Amino acid sequence: MALFTFKGGIHPDDGKSLAKDQPIRKILPTGILMYPLSQHIGAPAVAVVKKGDHVLRGQKIADAGGFVSAPIYASVSGQVKAIEKHLNPTGSSMDCILIENDGDYQEVEYPPVKPLDQMAREEIIRQIGDAGIVGMGGAGFPTRVKLSPKEPEKIDYIIANCAECEPYITADYRRMLEHTEELIGGMRVVLSLFEHAKGVFAVEDNKKDCIEKLREAIKDEPRMEVCELVTKYPQGAERQLIYAVTKRAINSTMLPADAGCIVDNVETLVAIYQAVIKGRPLMERIVTVSGDAVNAPGNFRVLLGTNHDELIAAAGGFKTEPEKVISGGPMMGFAMITTDTPVTKTSSALLAFTKDVVARSAESACINCGRCVEVCPSRIIPSRLADYAKRQDEETFVTQNGLECVECGSCSYVCPAKRQLKQAIGSMRKTALANKKKK
Amino acid sequence: MNNKLRVSSSPHVRDKVTTGNIMLMVVIALLPATIFGIYNFRHEHAWLLVLVTTASAVLTEYIYERALHKPVTVKDCSALVTGLLLALNLPPTLPVWMGALGAVFAILVVKQLFGGLGQNFMNPALGARCFLLICFTGRMTTFTYDTVTGATPLATLKAGESVDTMSMLLGNTAGTIGETSVIALLIGAILLLWIGVIDLRIPGTYLVTFVIFILLFSGRGLDLQYVTAHLCGGGLMLGAWFMATDYVTSPITKRGQIVYGICLGILTGLFRLFGGSAEGVSYAIIISNLLVPLIEKVTLPKPFGKGGEK
Ligand code: SF4
Ligand code: SF4
Repeated sequence: MALFTFKGGIHPDDGKSLAKDQPIRKILPTGILMYPLSQHIGAPAVAVVKKGDHVLRGQKIADAGGFVSAPIYASVSGQVKAIEKHLNPTGSSMDCILIENDGDYQEVEYPPVKPLDQMAREEIIRQIGDAGIVGMGGAGFPTRVKLSPKEPEKIDYIIANCAECEPYITADYRRMLEHTEELIGGMRVVLSLFEHAKGVFAVEDNKKDCIEKLREAIKDEPRMEVCELVTKYPQGAERQLIYAVTKRAINSTMLPADAGCIVDNVETLVAIYQAVIKGRPLMERIVTVSGDAVNAPGNFRVLLGTNHDELIAAAGGFKTEPEKVISGGPMMGFAMITTDTPVTKTSSALLAFTKDVVARSAESACINCGRCVEVCPSRIIPSRLADYAKRQDEETFVTQNGLECVECGSCSYVCPAKRQLKQAIGSMRKTALANKKKK
Repeated sequence: MNNKLRVSSSPHVRDKVTTGNIMLMVVIALLPATIFGIYNFRHEHAWLLVLVTTASAVLTEYIYERALHKPVTVKDCSALVTGLLLALNLPPTLPVWMGALGAVFAILVVKQLFGGLGQNFMNPALGARCFLLICFTGRMTTFTYDTVTGATPLATLKAGESVDTMSMLLGNTAGTIGETSVIALLIGAILLLWIGVIDLRIPGTYLVTFVIFILLFSGRGLDLQYVTAHLCGGGLMLGAWFMATDYVTSPITKRGQIVYGICLGILTGLFRLFGGSAEGVSYAIIISNLLVPLIEKVTLPKPFGKGGEK
């Protein structure tokens, strides 16, 4: 069978063998859990508890702060210690609700759930929104908004992003193997919203066992299929994934829905299943802890708000002092100044490395080798765009399609002159997008 | 413990390939031709010219950068490549000081005065070769083989006489130090192709276009021996595999590289068939170098999702 893919991309060392075969382990946090009010794209959530309140597990502690926003739930029972600024994994300081875990895990009483076929479309979407679900692959876009396109009847593909193309991360992989039914259940819920759509599980071909397992599990599901993707980074980038599966190409000004697609990642679909079928709000996720500085890499079922330090302890602590700790994958994740940060809705991994290759790679002059052009999935010219960005030449940057960059980092990865191309392009892009909005 | 963590923008991993090891690979790929040239022109003491020219290039870069308090970049091996390429493009009998002068010109004028590595719009080695050709036309066009001065195979071919293609393949003919042995050059080219330093786009289109041009305009019809002699003669192999593929002076876009290869093929054919001298590769490459900005402008790829090839 011809495999599905896109043009460009890279093959970094995948490092997945470190954690791949470690079954998901549940860890229970102690002490204080932190819930940043902004764990998604859009308006921050608004706290609905105050210092001193006693909260139960599953209780809403912050409400959506606007149309594009998402509520937040306590994952433990205990006392609200403070609402104050704290560092989050992306490196900015923002308001967090701090809850001291009383260790009882006393839960709220969840309202009874209705069978899927007795729920109206709006009801399902509302339930997903109320559960606080956002794109858990890293983008953090509120799922409720994603599931409400202007013309729902035009959606013909629901794509489950099971690519997991970032090196080292195996959280989705373990989810697919161990919780196959929940993943498929989530897909069933989304398919019920779009009657013309078929559900495609798009999996990279380095996860043959998942492909087999999924194929077996959906053999009686006429509306679902598995699509085997070429293993390549960034196969899981939304636009590249849509292209690989459907051969429809969208640019930065379009939404997946414009190509008749809705893309949700594995963790998000499982959360949808939990919300709609089980009536549980979003309170936990799978996080891979890995890297050469970690004693016992593994995959953990973590309550949101858990401190990263506890996660590291659960993985046997550090073997050696790490030089770099990353929240997320090595290609798009955030380097953290401190591990004293919470697991959020978008934390897919915590990676610790003894050596930081970036610090050892001094930038030198561009030799015009074209490698960055070759790998760029957006088919723009990273080397030139980085030059415009350095010159602050916003106009040329925009006319030369700098806004099409998906910030995958493939160009920086491959550059023999070790130029920080993505960094330069990314920051110019932010400025340009902000200015565009103003106009 | 936490205060020692480093932060930087993603990605946090890098490919192992560096500018330095790309350039080093080019040097290694040039070694078969270099060694053969030194052996081939042992009576002319070609080794000395190669050594002095190459060393002068590296030294010039070092001194210039030290003098201007710039970071010293000799470690990236690019000056080494330039010096060696220039040496391979010189007749073995050229006085050593002329080789040194050429090297200084290549590094100082063609490369550094335009801003250093990556900024020059013309291949430094070829720029210097043309500079020497203009200054010392006689010395630059005298070719000696086995202590006898004579015509290069390409000049013989131009004069309408027959040439021995076998010795052109092996390289025991007159010519510049590094251009004579097709086999030695191809060994290097295959190495570069295999490890991905170059691809076929530029040299492939270049050679194919050139062959088509010769077939169409030489007036000899399908004379395969004549075509082979053209392919193996002069600086075509050295130029197509090692100088036309110079990253800095060739287009960055894939379609641009193909257009560039076509330009090279046509210009080389024009110069060789209709020009005054037998050779034309160096000028073809230099002129095409100058066309690169234009070529890039018209071959910009269409971004993903904005039409164009998928
Ligand atoms: S990969 Fe680096 S050196 Fe090569 S063209 Fe791009 S920016 Fe320049
Ligand atoms: S320019 Fe943007 S999209 Fe292209 S490779 Fe670089 S980071 Fe990825």
